[in-house]
Amino acid sequence: MSEVALKLRPQIQNLRQLKKNKAAMIGLIIILFFVFTAIFAPFIAPHDPYEQNLEKALLLPCKEYPMGTDELGRCIMSRIIFGTRISLQIGIIVTGITACTGVLLGMIAGYYGGILDEIIMRIVDILLAFPGLVLALAIAGLLGPGLFNVMLALTIVGWMGYARVVRGSVLSVKEKEFVETARALGAGDIYILFRHILPNVMAPVIVMATLGMGYVILAAAGLSFLGLGAQPPTPVWGAMLNNGRAFMRTAPHLTAFPGLAIMITVLAFNLLGDGLRDIFDPRLKEKKIE
Amino acid sequence: MGILLSIRNLETSFYTGDGVVKAVNGIDLDIQDGRIVGLIGETGCGKSVLGLSILRLLPRNAEIRGKVFYKGQDILKLTEEEIRRLRGKEVALIPQNPSTSLNPVLKIGTQIAESLQLHRRLPREKAWGAAVDILRSLDLPNPEKRAEEYPHQLSGGMKQRVLAAVGIAGEPSLLIADEPTKGLDALIRVQVVEVLRRLVLQTGAAMLIITHDLKVAAGLCDELAVMYAGEIIEYGPAEQLLSSPEHPYARGLIASLPGNGLKPIEGFSPSLINLPAGCKFHPRCPFAIKACTEEHPRLVEIEEGHRVRCLLVDQSREPEKDLFNWNLQKEVG
Repeated sequence: MSEVALKLRPQIQNLRQLKKNKAAMIGLIIILFFVFTAIFAPFIAPHDPYEQNLEKALLLPCKEYPMGTDELGRCIMSRIIFGTRISLQIGIIVTGITACTGVLLGMIAGYYGGILDEIIMRIVDILLAFPGLVLALAIAGLLGPGLFNVMLALTIVGWMGYARVVRGSVLSVKEKEFVETARALGAGDIYILFRHILPNVMAPVIVMATLGMGYVILAAAGLSFLGLGAQPPTPVWGAMLNNGRAFMRTAPHLTAFPGLAIMITVLAFNLLGDGLRDIFDPRLKEKKIE
Repeated sequence: MGILLSIRNLETSFYTGDGVVKAVNGIDLDIQDGRIVGLIGETGCGKSVLGLSILRLLPRNAEIRGKVFYKGQDILKLTEEEIRRLRGKEVALIPQNPSTSLNPVLKIGTQIAESLQLHRRLPREKAWGAAVDILRSLDLPNPEKRAEEYPHQLSGGMKQRVLAAVGIAGEPSLLIADEPTKGLDALIRVQVVEVLRRLVLQTGAAMLIITHDLKVAAGLCDELAVMYAGEIIEYGPAEQLLSSPEHPYARGLIASLPGNGLKPIEGFSPSLINLPAGCKFHPRCPFAIKACTEEHPRLVEIEEGHRVRCLLVDQSREPEKDLFNWNLQKEVG
């Protein structure tokens, strides 16, 4: 009963529990910090991220350039700060679209079953048979470089997990008596799906989306490292890594700082995601109660 | 008083891997405006299936045959869309299990209001106020605050009242209460019975109460129908049926009440896949005669409005009547 009770009041109960989870709170704070950075990038960045100054190329971190400069004399810190925008943008948009697509298709498959279920889930199986990043690379390669194409590629390879999880949850929730009650009171399928079933299957989706955000940012960095994605001179973390590769021995700060930025962001999303999973997972909760 | 619901020769079967489950076998039942009809019988006799058949809420492997006239219209012939509009607005179901029949993640006010928005076309803010009013009329303490709460914050009795509120929100003419007291303790049971009685008084709706709780049936119903193995075996005014049941099974049921000696009926209900020939109760019937194993008894009217499905009370079979009386005396003695 207590397990059910805890699950029922998502907003308040979960916030309270989240505050107790230190790792998740650290993750949340880091994410908020990055969001803040992205929004106020022009005010925070010490220099123009595009401004070249060949006289000051490859400077080590100093007072004027806290993270040094790259081979064209651009301020690395400013470029990382502006890069936050693109990374978060990709993360949020791709995760948002994949989650919505996956949830929608998963709900249709789980609720209606039959031939629709069969078609959707076989497509999922087929797409899951390819390694995600390789497939994304192939799609992005086919479509050509560019930010939009990378996001499209990551969307195509990212929605299946959500569809599977949601379908499974819907299969169990649709047998619940309150769904029957809603039907007995004249509710239609669409109404039942969105009003009664959707809120009950959101918990795992939120966890997946949080963890997925880190994965998408990492994958996007990987693709832009390979030259796909936003093109120079746009500041992108992955591309900055690739740029600095040539100077790794002489000027390691060119790769170290963008690498750190990627690592910290992904870590933050994973910490938060793990924390949320602990909160939403009823089995883990029961253990705590005992 | 007109006849609101009229069920004629209703048969519901489920097609399963093990065979055809005949859950309801040729039921005839009339419900008049504003009357409370109780459907009693042991678990698995097809009571709930009958209730769900009326609303066509059965899984896909079910087949419903026969006729269910609601206000003169055959429900079984309506399109999916038409039946959907009937549900909640004309015929509402108050579900069995108060703890699982409310959506755990929605406020209870929302759950009542959505029914009002759907059936009475009330705008959102008005629907909320009306929902609170319904809760108040059902004597839920502090309805404004309760409407803002989630199902897990309420007790079982309160949840049952919320479900009743959801059920009557569409102002239906017929309420089907499926085991409204199942799994509730004695105190809450009394409250629920009170709520149901009030519902009928307030809304003037007719009610079909499906229960295995004879006490509840006795306290609420105008008429009772006793079901066994998918058939109505006795039907009559509640008081008469409970004080002088005629069918051996009905008598057994009443004798099994704690107040009447707690005498169980021997044996088990038959499997609904392999029903016995003849009278379906004969393998357990202490008065069974040879004819019972072969001949399927008709529902015979023994008094005005009191019908029994038993060969032994069938006037047209005079010889057995004496035997029956003899057995009865022996049993009583």
